[in-house]
Amino acid sequence: MTISREDILKWIRNCAAVMAENRDYLIELDSPIGDGDHGANINRGFQAVLGKLPDVADKDIGMIFKTVGFTLISTVGGASGPLYGTMFMQMGAVSENKIELTLADWTEALEAGLNGVMMRGKAVPGDKTMVDALMPSAKTLKEASADNMSLNDALRACARAAEKGVQDTIPLVARKGRASYLGERSRGHQDPGATSSSMLLLAATRTWANGS
Amino acid sequence: MKKLINEPENVVYEELRGIAAAHPDLVQVCFNPNYIVRKDAPLKGKVGIVSGGGSGHEPMHGGFVGHGMLDAACPGAVFTSPTPDQMLEATRRVNGGAGVLHIVKNYTGDILNFEMAADLARDQGIEVESVVINDDVAVEDSLYTAGRRGVGATVLAEKICGAAAENRRSLKDVADICRKVNDRSRSMGMALTSCIVPHAGKPTFNLAEDEMEIGIGIHGEPGRTRMKLAPANEVVLMLMAAVISDLPYKNGDEMLLFVNGMGGTPLMELYVIYNRAYEMAVKNGLKVSRNLIGSYITSLEMAGCSITLLKLDDELVRLWDAPVRTAALRWGM
Repeated sequence: MTISREDILKWIRNCAAVMAENRDYLIELDSPIGDGDHGANINRGFQAVLGKLPDVADKDIGMIFKTVGFTLISTVGGASGPLYGTMFMQMGAVSENKIELTLADWTEALEAGLNGVMMRGKAVPGDKTMVDALMPSAKTLKEASADNMSLNDALRACARAAEKGVQDTIPLVARKGRASYLGERSRGHQDPGATSSSMLLLAATRTWANGS
Repeated sequence: MKKLINEPENVVYEELRGIAAAHPDLVQVCFNPNYIVRKDAPLKGKVGIVSGGGSGHEPMHGGFVGHGMLDAACPGAVFTSPTPDQMLEATRRVNGGAGVLHIVKNYTGDILNFEMAADLARDQGIEVESVVINDDVAVEDSLYTAGRRGVGATVLAEKICGAAAENRRSLKDVADICRKVNDRSRSMGMALTSCIVPHAGKPTFNLAEDEMEIGIGIHGEPGRTRMKLAPANEVVLMLMAAVISDLPYKNGDEMLLFVNGMGGTPLMELYVIYNRAYEMAVKNGLKVSRNLIGSYITSLEMAGCSITLLKLDDELVRLWDAPVRTAALRWGM
């Protein structure tokens, strides 16, 4: 089983829908420990992405991802713009000329995206950032890929890892971004960046995994 | 939410249209990507100075575009860093062949976006230097935080570097002067009330009627402590003590004392603050030879103030006194 170009486009459209739906929820998460703009910014970015998708719908997946990345960089702002933008650009770089992705390809793309985020934001696991959702997801996918797990099962495991990663940010003290100014007071809050990252991965599972 | 706006998503656009309509003699406002640029840019042989940041801090930065200060300012969404394409276009537009200085406030988003923009500009053969402003002593500067925030010193750095660039100093010199201003500045702010980001519709944080937050950031980021409301003199004591104890100085050092309003505090109260801050500076052996009082780096309608001290030297005094002509800061011409 593979992920087709049509599947990728459907996923990205679903990401936009999920970000619109959760705009206020992400703002609410961001208000006590950030500055309350995450939901509005990421939603603005993905709505702009929707407008760009028709232009690249017949291009390779690398081109589609890069277009998403570039659009996010130029429309989101804040820290999440360069971070999500870099993530999709890096996913695009390893998906050049592909019109479908195997589980191994998707794993490689997500890992490349994660590395891009870490390089750009200089965050490590445990800093209470997007990395805390992306890292366990990428790791789970890699293990699933090595175990020859089915695409469906791998995607579900990946989504579970992302959700757990988000929950695990709650007791953490933030060490990056605006939440880090709070020090100890950031404990007990769920990280909005990790939350939006897990939403993207959850959307992938919902879009691609049969019967889920 | 009670605000003089139309649709929340149109606030920044309508503000920019207003700036264009109000100051055609000083600036041109460009859209998609958005930036405010000096009308006479690029100036041949002059270092271009570009800054930017989220909207909601007016007059910073757009109000500081003009002769003797910024060449261009990139406004983001409210409290959100602008994007690299804005900064790149502004950089290209103001490059008069002597290179471009980016003055960046130390916030993760601003740093990341300006970093990408500087890389893109260098790829296009433009010499770019970036200086990060981080003068807020309320934040502990450690490996475990994003570091001190850029606040009041940004206004002073933009004025002083603008004058240096006007004198046709080199990019390296202007960047060095910018770093010098940052190294010799310390600030701390406080809030009496929260503020409402238009698209969020409710206060970023909540302060009770009898509470204040000491060490607040310009986006409503919490500070050092929340405490019971105190008289102005006690507030000054807390802010000045934090600033003075962090700033290396010796008896008789010459200072610029900047009392800044957060957006919702009247000038009357800022002078009450200045009165006590000046007394305290003098009592600590400082010579306050220059000052700035007013709301220059704001946080929407937040009530509160910040105090900045900049240790001057002859060069900084000369550059501070040099003529400036912008929408928000104007003297000598």
